[in-house]
Amino acid sequence: MNLMTERSLEKAVNDKMSAQVNTIKMQGKDVTVHYGEKQALFGVSLDVPEKMVTALIGPSGCGKSTFLRSLNRMNDTIEGCKIGGKITLDDEDIYNPKIDVVELRARVGMVFQKPNPFPKSIFENVAYGPRIHGLAKNRHELEEIVEKSLRRASLFDEVKDRLHEAGTGLSGGQQQRLCIARAIAVSPEVILMDEPCSALDPIATAKVEELIDELRQNYTIVIVTHSMQQAARVSQRTAMFHLGNLVEVGDTEMMFTNPTEKRTQDYITGRFG
Amino acid sequence: MTDTTLNPAAVAPAKVVRRDIGLKRRYAAERRFKIYGITAIAIGLFFLVALLYSVISNGYTAFWQTEVSLSVKLDEKVIDPTNKRATDPTVLLTANYPILVRNALAEKLGVSLDDKPAIRELSKLVSDGSRSQLRELVSGNPALIGTTQNLWVLTGGDIDSAFKGQIDLSVDQANRKVSDRQVAWMNTLAKEGAMAQRFNSGLFTFGASSRPETSGLGVALIGSLYMMLIVLCLSLPIGVAASIYLEEYAKKSRLTDIIEVNINNLAAVPSIVFGLLGLAVFINFFGLPRSASLVGGLVLTLMTLPTIIIATRAALRAVPPSIRSAALGIGASKTQMVFHHVLPLAAPGILTGTIIGLAHALGETAPLLLIGMVAFVANYPVTPLDPSTALPVQIYMWANEAERAFVERTSGAIIVLLLFLAVMNIGAIILRRRFERRW
Repeated sequence: MNLMTERSLEKAVNDKMSAQVNTIKMQGKDVTVHYGEKQALFGVSLDVPEKMVTALIGPSGCGKSTFLRSLNRMNDTIEGCKIGGKITLDDEDIYNPKIDVVELRARVGMVFQKPNPFPKSIFENVAYGPRIHGLAKNRHELEEIVEKSLRRASLFDEVKDRLHEAGTGLSGGQQQRLCIARAIAVSPEVILMDEPCSALDPIATAKVEELIDELRQNYTIVIVTHSMQQAARVSQRTAMFHLGNLVEVGDTEMMFTNPTEKRTQDYITGRFG
Repeated sequence: MTDTTLNPAAVAPAKVVRRDIGLKRRYAAERRFKIYGITAIAIGLFFLVALLYSVISNGYTAFWQTEVSLSVKLDEKVIDPTNKRATDPTVLLTANYPILVRNALAEKLGVSLDDKPAIRELSKLVSDGSRSQLRELVSGNPALIGTTQNLWVLTGGDIDSAFKGQIDLSVDQANRKVSDRQVAWMNTLAKEGAMAQRFNSGLFTFGASSRPETSGLGVALIGSLYMMLIVLCLSLPIGVAASIYLEEYAKKSRLTDIIEVNINNLAAVPSIVFGLLGLAVFINFFGLPRSASLVGGLVLTLMTLPTIIIATRAALRAVPPSIRSAALGIGASKTQMVFHHVLPLAAPGILTGTIIGLAHALGETAPLLLIGMVAFVANYPVTPLDPSTALPVQIYMWANEAERAFVERTSGAIIVLLLFLAVMNIGAIILRRRFERRW
């Protein structure tokens, strides 16, 4: 417990320093999303600063996952889903018809709620992305990318002796880190994480959280989470969603100590949600 | 609530009364249901065993055929009396070979060649098929003329049935197909070991014949093989392509709904209707030959397509969406997602569906009757355009014949067909077990 507060104190100092220098990586302006007749998002405007962890919190069905999935156009795969407003990546509209969705997803990677490794070997799981995007010229380079990605996901030491065994044979936490390694293997600029720890036990969760904290140095991260503590531990900025609206957004420290909105305070203190 | 439990008066009675929560009734219901299930399985098994018993007990004898061992003298005077075989090749094809066999048999049994009635009965002991047997032997190697060869020659169909004990010999000889004299010769030969049952390889090699002992499944096997190849080569790619498009690419619309309903309807269309369609389209409109396995294969393809499409779509749908999201999430295109991840995972299901569809097509008879595959075909079809028959059609044709020897052949052919079906279905199960993945 002591350790935790110490860590978060240190983090808070870091956060303050970084919050001022970081530029805007992704930006949503008046984003609306309809699933058929039902409207899921009502004009959300949110900036995602570069090389920071932005946490999206809010009760179930508030639209935070919907917003996350519209950042790399995963919503396109859902039939009857319509998106309005504007989302930019480096000031480029990602819903512009000229933008290739495949290239976008190579730049904005995603980690899902349930670990979903391919039913292939650990090596193949990580190598698949670089291979389809032609990131490695030969086998040797590919092996390097795989090792580097697994190391960054702090999984390499645990699996180095069984790279060619099935990825589905790993434990839940290892599988999720494998999925993170798979996402970073294609060198994305942004990583979206949709409740990455909800299917994991506390120890695996701690490892993944630690990993997220490290990844922030190189990547811009947006994470959806149900756990207030997790948002407080890993993120520098927090956005609170409710009923398809963005209630409040600000530095995590401020959100948790001194929220301006009553709904945020109620949610954080557990009065609803 | 809390008030009452705290009240000492309420706590005092220590005796615990077990509530009746209907356990007895629930267990009785469970037992009852188990009995229903076991009864249902028992009924099914009983009929399966009855079917197999009747087919096998009737049919196993078809795999053995009675033959007689003879020393046949390939007499030049009979085969080529005018010595023209060097210039006229038809001499060897048209020679009177049955006489040679008859003479050999007469010599063996000590019957005088002048006793015409006895010789006539004697010649019925051996099959007319001995003609083609000797013809092939001699024209294949003309140097054998003049020598004496020890040969196993097929007996006539009735003699074969009598030898297998399938003809009631207690009936007066005027009312049965085998005379007392023939039975006596048969017994003499059997005692000498010159007449015996040998494995009936002819069942798998002969084509159609009016004589049971020289008719076999050869043509039907080749016809069925051609048809299965055509069905596999056409319906698998077409079916899989259609399913992938419908399942992964097509937007749900009224049109795809209509297509879906129609595919399901097509799977339920009686096969004879497909036969009429094949007759009208492939034979009358496109002018393809009748009785050809190509047309049969095309008709069976139409019949198998809906089965394969339905199985493939189910297999594609069973691939968890998380795998699709994972592939799309790292920037795979839709086609890469389908061909790298979804299709390999769906492959066991697709293959199982295909094999079951093929097995279904292998046993299909009605549409083949309409496109003329119910024909008397004695020669092997070389290409799929040549006339041929199919296994189930051959069974249908043999079932219409009266001779006892055809009855056992009918059952024998059913055994062959069932074996093929069993092998295919077991293959499907093994494939499914082997490659099925669990998440």
